[in-house]
Amino acid sequence: MKVSARPVFVRQENVDTDQIIPARFLKVTDKAGIGRHLFADRPDLRVEPGHPILVAGHNFGCGSSREHAVWALMDFGIRAVISTAFADIFRQNALKNGLIPVVVSPETFALLNSDAALTVDLPSQTLSITGGPTVTFPIDSFSKICLLENLDELGYLLKHNSDITAFEQRHTS
Amino acid sequence: MPRKTLYDKIWESHLVKPETDAPAILYIDLHLVHEVTSPQAFAGLRRRGLKVRRPDLTFATMDHSIPTTSRSLAGFDEAAARQVRQLEVNCNEFGIRLYGLESSHQGIVHVIGPELGLTQPGRTIVCGDSHTSTHGAFGALAFGIGTTEVEQVLATQCLLSRKSKNFRVNFDGTLQPGVTAKDMILALIAKIGTGGGAGYVLEYRGSAIRSLDMEARMTICNMSIEAGARAGMVAPDETTFQYLARRDFAPKAKAWDDAIARWKLLPSDDDAAYDQTVSIDVSALDPMITYGTNPAMSIPLSGHVPNPTNAADSSALKYMALQPGQKLLGHPVNVVFIGSCTNGRLSDLRQAAAVLRGRRVHSSTRVLVVPGSFEVKRQAEFEGLDRVFKDAGAEWRESGCSMCIAMNGDQLEPGQTAVSTSNRNFEGRQGKGGRTFLASPLTAAASAIEGRIADARQLVGVL
Repeated sequence: MKVSARPVFVRQENVDTDQIIPARFLKVTDKAGIGRHLFADRPDLRVEPGHPILVAGHNFGCGSSREHAVWALMDFGIRAVISTAFADIFRQNALKNGLIPVVVSPETFALLNSDAALTVDLPSQTLSITGGPTVTFPIDSFSKICLLENLDELGYLLKHNSDITAFEQRHTS
Repeated sequence: MPRKTLYDKIWESHLVKPETDAPAILYIDLHLVHEVTSPQAFAGLRRRGLKVRRPDLTFATMDHSIPTTSRSLAGFDEAAARQVRQLEVNCNEFGIRLYGLESSHQGIVHVIGPELGLTQPGRTIVCGDSHTSTHGAFGALAFGIGTTEVEQVLATQCLLSRKSKNFRVNFDGTLQPGVTAKDMILALIAKIGTGGGAGYVLEYRGSAIRSLDMEARMTICNMSIEAGARAGMVAPDETTFQYLARRDFAPKAKAWDDAIARWKLLPSDDDAAYDQTVSIDVSALDPMITYGTNPAMSIPLSGHVPNPTNAADSSALKYMALQPGQKLLGHPVNVVFIGSCTNGRLSDLRQAAAVLRGRRVHSSTRVLVVPGSFEVKRQAEFEGLDRVFKDAGAEWRESGCSMCIAMNGDQLEPGQTAVSTSNRNFEGRQGKGGRTFLASPLTAAASAIEGRIADARQLVGVL
């Protein structure tokens, strides 16, 4: 998985998932077309379509656990988000949907601008800045394997059926 | 033997497979399901031809998008009604117990879990809702998950998870009259920030926590997520056991005695190691209120709006139509919302009623009182609290999430300001363009009477 593009920016810090997709758009039973509600009430945060790399302010995706936030970003065409920190549940949801959360230092973050194209490379866990440095970023090793080999977490859990049954037999709750 | 925290103990006792390069496989004792974050998970099961592994450990209700004006969906928002009907279909097909609109156990998922005695010490509890941290008040490990994880738990009763770090929060001292659990948690979030708990499970300890009742402890654990924490917990004690005794799903007879013996082993060992510690002396605490657009932006009720220190703070003040240095007391209020999984329980309604009894809501202010569950509503009506609210001029509603998430038509108009007992003051959270001030039920009720942000202690003296 490799994404190269000039990035788009949501510079504000602490952008919560209510801003990414307001609650009134959660009354759906599927995921189709959900990207059209991205930043619906925040014209100031909206980004140009066609740019798969989003650079976002610190603590992006805080608040509600709604996976719809990740679905909306993906449906809009975003494939990687770069920030100095992501909220826990958002990061989990991103990894489970193939949206790459790239955590960088404030120093690296300061180098990012809309003129310099970026390359996010998952196998090598690197972010390359055109005309600038290439830095590595951390990512959960298991999630990385799942994403690169298209492994399915639920399939992995189901393979442990006998372990789960054994656990249930000895467990008191 | 290394000393263990409450979190360490529950984590270790639920490992189907320990953490290696791969995350741990963590067993889940209780899975709570609601209409908004589950439809795509059930669709996933159907696509793969899977069953729900443990329907007996899975409980569903509807709360987020349902009307609070009546128990009927007739004439209600079609998209919301379709989602509610889909939950009925899913629960029926997969054999899951559903406390639907007609059920006397319906309510906000984090209110009914404890009420039914499903929430028990030592359990792992998940739900597709970030305020699942509420259940940590019982000494359970409880956290919110996304819809992909909802599907995984439905199918396997397990989650893939990495262990978080331990964060000790000491609340010492004695609360002054008129200062509540809501003020304690707002003060903590102001201190550590909206990302201050990221990567941690918070354990709330100290004399001020021990003296709180279960509902107040739930208020505190509920907002752990607003500090970015994975979960928040309070070790179980006699207060916990008394609350649980004889509830529908609590163990009975010998099973109860066995459970108590097990639960008494849960509290953190003396000298257990924490990765982080913060202490707050609550004796000096005033009622707190937010002034900005995240829950960390709060000040004492009598305080002044601080000077912004960055662009985000400036834009928050602009959104809230506030000036630096401005006093919040006396700021006009259009709407007061009393309810939610944070402060929609009986004790919260009693506090609000104590302020409103014999008084009138200000003519320019609309007040919604929304009980957290059908059972809270029933008990409140048994005590006559509904009469107090209605006589004061407040609206007395059916149970649900209502204006906390504003999915069901209960919402602010653009530009309106609200004092709300809920958990989030994000831009547009309570309606597009709405401005939310988070506070305790006492502050909300006092503000309802004055039509302005007000201090209950000045209105009714020492409570």
